[in-house]
Amino acid sequence: MTDLLDIRNLSIRFKGKRTVHAINDVSLSMKQGETLALLGESGSGKSVTLKALLGLLPPKRTEIKGAVHVNGTDVLSLSGKALQRYRGGEVSMVFQEPALALDPVYTVGHQIAEAVMRHKGLSKADAMSIALDMLDRVRIPSANRRLHNYPHELSGGMRQRVMIALALACRPRLLLADEPTTALDATVQVQILLLLRELQKEFGMGVIFVTHDIGVAVEISERVAVMYAGQIVEEGTTREIIRDGRHPYTQGLLAANLHDVARGERLTAIPGAPPALETRPEACSFAPRCPYAVAACRADLPPVICPSERRRVACLRAEAPMAAE
Amino acid sequence: MLTYLLRRLILVLPVAFGVSVICFLLVQIAPGDPLTAIMPVDATAEEQSAMRAAYGLDKPLPVQYAIWIGNLVQGDMGKSIATGRPVAAEVFGAVQNSLLLAVSAAVIAFPIGIFLGFLAGYFRDIWIDRAVTAVSIAGVSVPNYWLGIVLVIIFSVNLGWLPSMGAGPGGSSEWQWNWLHMRHLILPAVTLAVVPIGIVARTVRALAGDILTQDFVQALYAKGMSRADVLRHVARNAAATALSVMGLQLGYLLGGSILIETVFNWPGSGFLLSNAIFQRDLPLLQGTILVLALFFVAMNLIVDVAQAAIDPRIQRT
Ligand SMILES: Nc1ncnc2c1ncn2[C@@H]1O[C@H](COP(=O)(O)OP(=O)(O)OP(=O)(O)O)[C@@H](O)[C@H]1O
Ligand code: SF4
Ligand SMILES: [Mg+2]
Repeated sequence: MTDLLDIRNLSIRFKGKRTVHAINDVSLSMKQGETLALLGESGSGKSVTLKALLGLLPPKRTEIKGAVHVNGTDVLSLSGKALQRYRGGEVSMVFQEPALALDPVYTVGHQIAEAVMRHKGLSKADAMSIALDMLDRVRIPSANRRLHNYPHELSGGMRQRVMIALALACRPRLLLADEPTTALDATVQVQILLLLRELQKEFGMGVIFVTHDIGVAVEISERVAVMYAGQIVEEGTTREIIRDGRHPYTQGLLAANLHDVARGERLTAIPGAPPALETRPEACSFAPRCPYAVAACRADLPPVICPSERRRVACLRAEAPMAAE
Repeated sequence: MLTYLLRRLILVLPVAFGVSVICFLLVQIAPGDPLTAIMPVDATAEEQSAMRAAYGLDKPLPVQYAIWIGNLVQGDMGKSIATGRPVAAEVFGAVQNSLLLAVSAAVIAFPIGIFLGFLAGYFRDIWIDRAVTAVSIAGVSVPNYWLGIVLVIIFSVNLGWLPSMGAGPGGSSEWQWNWLHMRHLILPAVTLAVVPIGIVARTVRALAGDILTQDFVQALYAKGMSRADVLRHVARNAAATALSVMGLQLGYLLGGSILIETVFNWPGSGFLLSNAIFQRDLPLLQGTILVLALFFVAMNLIVDVAQAAIDPRIQRT
């Protein structure tokens, strides 16, 4: 069976007033039905990665290198009708702010039906009955009334449920969830997470779940990829990452989450700030903040070490147990 | 929706009352005695006061107002002092002509303005946007009576293609839907359309540009919508605000075309108004202002109701 997702040496650079090397040589693969958490602090390139998967980056200002395949389809070469069929049909996205991601002047039912009509070629009436069914599946009470509500008539949690219903209505093989709970209240966050987990089991699609919160990553996903400065610095099963996080950045994230940081809070426990990304990294990007850094870390890109199958760490010193200098 | 409509209609009543009082008082404040314009210079004091009594001008103001309103609701707006003809007939004839001109200008201006605005909003910050912005600034800033005169010089005087005066052949003010009459409409309507083109283009540009940067646009693309679908969503989002701007523009076109009507000798309300002012024709002045003001009130009501009907975010209570 072809891999669900195969990203090879993806690099993304934004041109314009300021050059940003947002993604630097990222490779990542997922099998069918796998759930992956993409973990990293603000600005590490998580959203840019997801947008690249949907071809949503502004073409004029973006330079993309590398290859992205979803179910064998070369995503970066798609355009026109083929791209429209792929977006929302093969891969769909749940956004961080449901209040902003829904069109305020159309009913939620219409917005779901619109996508169904486009992808399945159904009539409006049939599409509306699928929309209704989807609202039921995301556990929206009295769904047939809600179908005709406008987004502003729903609560934040409801709206996110609608977003999820919309994203899943055409049965995509891959769901991209970009911090789907950050904008919500703590109790609602948990409900949405549980819902996503159930729906993933029910529908069997692959999920990339972007989050700042390692606790959330553990709840929802089998695998974790940790991003820093537009690179994936460590990847493995959730268990491996939690038990045996090898990259100093991963360890920092774990320490921050396991000790004092309350769930859902932004990660600030690692001193220092991420690099500006104005140039392509030529050494370990984490070196300025790394307690284990040695001269070699600043001289060249760190090697990628593979302690076991599908497990990677991009750190010079990941092989041997580390000690601070 | 129906109760909303009813409530809005009821709310219009006090506004209409206020408008009528202001129209009435405004004319009282205006300097100059209306009688001097029509009385012979050597009229005696008795003759003057007889005339004053005949027009009811000797009674106290509240009584005059009450009489005026009382007649008004029966459709009687008094008689023009200058011509002796019923004000109602004069005003409605003129307002009809103005409405024709205003609607024609709107029919030219709104589609062009919307199209240019959309174009500029979609292609923001590149040459298309700059060109549209330049056009709309020029449209708003060029004095339109001057533009009218220039068009007359080009198309009437030099080329001789279109007439420059009146609303029909031989200065007739009886409108008919035929080419002989419609020829007369072209130049004033085009002249009048220039300002609203600029204003509508600017409004729509700002709206479309703003809406296109909102997250839901990306979400629409993300679910596989085409560019045309997205533009439809943008249009629907912009509709309520664009509509209200266009409604107000139509109001301005109707009332604010005095200069254009003068340049083109168009027998409309602006034309009538300037005549009434110069001849101190109080009843005519009052009647014209009142009808125009009430039209504005009605326009606002229509815009509000239409906005509430198409935009679910507007509270219908
Ligand atoms: N359209 C764009 N043009 C220019 N730079 C961009 C664009 N989109 C993102 N960037 C830059 O790319 C970098 C990565 O941004 P991205 O949004 O992927 O971060 P993120 O990991 O999703 O962070 P957050 O957790 O805050 O959402 C940032 O430095 C950002 O400023
Ligand atoms: S390569 Fe060096 S600087 Fe970079 S994370 Fe590893 S030890 Fe730290
Ligand atoms: Mg993001």
